[in-house]
Amino acid sequence: MSSRISIDAVRHVAKLAALSLSAEDETRMQSELDKILGHMEELNDLDVSGVSPTFHSVVAASSLRPDVVQPSLARNELLAAAPAQEAGGFAVPKVLDGE
Amino acid sequence: MTVSELHRLSISELAERVSTRSVSAVEVTRALLERVSRLDGEINAYLHVDREGALAAAAQVDRALGEGGAALPLAGVPIGVKDNLCTRGVRTTCASRILEGYIPPYDAHVVQQLRAAGAVILGKLNLDEFAMGSSNESSAYGPVRNPWDKTRTPGGSSGGAAAATALGLATGTLGSDTGGSVRQPGSYCGVTAIKPTYGRVSRYGLIAFASSLDQVGPLARNMRDAARLLRVIAGRDPRDATSAELPVPDYEAECGRELKGLRVGVVKGIAQGCEPAVQRSLGQAVERFASLGCEPVEVELPHQRYALSVYYIVANAEASSNLARFDGMRYGLRVAADELKDTYQKTRAAGFGAEVKRRIMLGTYVLSAGYYDAFYLRAQKVRTLIRQDYTRAFERCDFLLTPTAPTPAFELGAIQDPLAMYMQDIFTLPPSLAGIPAVNVPCGLSEQGLPLGLQLCAPHFQESLLVRAGHAFEAASGAAPCAPGF
Repeated sequence: MSSRISIDAVRHVAKLAALSLSAEDETRMQSELDKILGHMEELNDLDVSGVSPTFHSVVAASSLRPDVVQPSLARNELLAAAPAQEAGGFAVPKVLDGE
Repeated sequence: MTVSELHRLSISELAERVSTRSVSAVEVTRALLERVSRLDGEINAYLHVDREGALAAAAQVDRALGEGGAALPLAGVPIGVKDNLCTRGVRTTCASRILEGYIPPYDAHVVQQLRAAGAVILGKLNLDEFAMGSSNESSAYGPVRNPWDKTRTPGGSSGGAAAATALGLATGTLGSDTGGSVRQPGSYCGVTAIKPTYGRVSRYGLIAFASSLDQVGPLARNMRDAARLLRVIAGRDPRDATSAELPVPDYEAECGRELKGLRVGVVKGIAQGCEPAVQRSLGQAVERFASLGCEPVEVELPHQRYALSVYYIVANAEASSNLARFDGMRYGLRVAADELKDTYQKTRAAGFGAEVKRRIMLGTYVLSAGYYDAFYLRAQKVRTLIRQDYTRAFERCDFLLTPTAPTPAFELGAIQDPLAMYMQDIFTLPPSLAGIPAVNVPCGLSEQGLPLGLQLCAPHFQESLLVRAGHAFEAASGAAPCAPGF
C-alpha cells in the first residue's frame, strides 16, 4: 500500500517531536496520518495566490506595557513542582558526554 | 426551598440570596458538595473535588458579608473549573498522565476573577486530554458520561463542565474552547455556552493548546447566568498580550431586550447531511427568530467546508509547539533515562495518550522542512478566505444561525476513526478560525430525548448581541427541559 508518508518519515517526525514510538505505534501512526493528510489535500483545490495568511484572527492594536520591574513567582514554589531539583535549580540528566 | 434544592437555583438567584443572607455560602457549598459526592461517581465530571478549599472560600464570603462587605456578582456561587485552568495549590492535570500530581503555584486570570467576584470553586473538571477531543474519551482518567443518557458522550473537550452544569454538580462552570470545546458539549448536554471573541478573555494560566484559537468560556443553565460569568472573566490582563484593551459591557443588561429589526443570517445549505432532528430544530429556530421580529436573510459561507482541514493543520501545528514544554524537566512526570534526550522521549511517550501524540505528530509534520508551505502556510491563507466569508455575511445580517453539532450526543465508543471524530466540530471550527464570538443555546430535544443545540455567531466583540438574541430565543422557547436527576 502506498502512503503519503513513509515509515522513515514517521520516524523522522517522531524524532523531531521527541516522542519514542513502538513499532506498532509507528505503523498505526503512518496509516492514520496518511488518511488525515489525504483529507487535507482538499486545500489544493483552492487558488490562494494573492491571499495573505491569517496568523492572528483578531487584529487588536498591541500596546507596550511600561518597563517596570514586577514581582515574579517565587523560585521555591516553582521548583516544588519539578521532578528533581538541586542547588536552587532544575536537576536534569547529563547533557554532554565525557567525564 | 430545602437544602436539597439549592442546586436548582440560577447564578443570579443564588448570588442574591447569599448577598441578602437568606442562605449562607457555606450551606450552599455543603449542599453542592454533597450532591457531587452522591452523583458524580456515575458521571465522572470532576477529576478533583476541593472540599476544604471550597468550604474555606464559602466561609470567607459569609464573613465578608457579615462585616458589611459589598454584594458581589457571584457571592457564594459554586463554580466548577475545567482542569486545564491553573488553580493555586490545587492539582491541575489537563486530564493527562504527564501532569499527574502537578500543583500550580498560581491562579489563572479567570480563576482570580472568579474568586474576586465571590465565587466558590468546587473543583476541577474532566476534559479530553489537553482539551484535544470531541467526546471526552481521550481523558487519561476515563470519560465523562452524559447525564441525559449515561451510555453517551457529554461531548468534548469541556465534557466535565457541560455535564456538571446540566446535572447541577455546579451552578456554572468555566471551560475552554479552541475549536468548539464549550459549544459542542453545551449542545450535547443541553446547556448554554459562550465562546468569546479571541482576545476578549485573558489566557493567562490556561494551559495552552493552540494559542491563536484558545479562549476561556462560561457554561451555565441559562443565558443570563452565562452573561454574568462572561462579564466577570472578560477584560484586559497585561499578562496576556493578546487580551483586548476594550471596555467590558454589562452583558446581562442585554437580557430582555427586543430583537425587532435585527437581521438573522441563515447559511445556505448548512444543515445538509445533518440528522433530520438537527435540520428540523434549525428550521424551527429560524421561525422562532422571525416571530420575534427578526428578518431572516440567506447568506453564504463558501469556504466553511475547508475549516476542518485548516483547523487540524493550524491547531496541531500550534499544539506541537506548545506541548514541547512537557519534557519531564520542570513539572509533572519524568521517566528517567541515562541521557537527556532519552528522558524527553520516554517521558513524552509514557505521559501523552494516543490522540495527543497523533496531534503532535501531525503538527510537527506540517511545520517540518518541505511541508510548511504546502500545508501550514496554505492553511493560514485559506483561513483568510474563511474569515472574509464572515466579513461579507455580516454586511447582510447582524448575527447568524447554524446547528452547533451535526448530531445529538453519540454513544461512548461509537466513533473510532479520528477523522470521523473531527467531523463533530464542522460547525464550531469556522468561527474559531475567524476569531468571532459564538454561543450554544439549547434548542429542544431529539426523538430519543437528547438535547440539541443552536449556534449563534456575531462579528468580533459583539457578545452583547449574542446574549440578547440567545436570551430572547430562550425566553420564547419556554422552560427548557432539564437533565434526568436534576
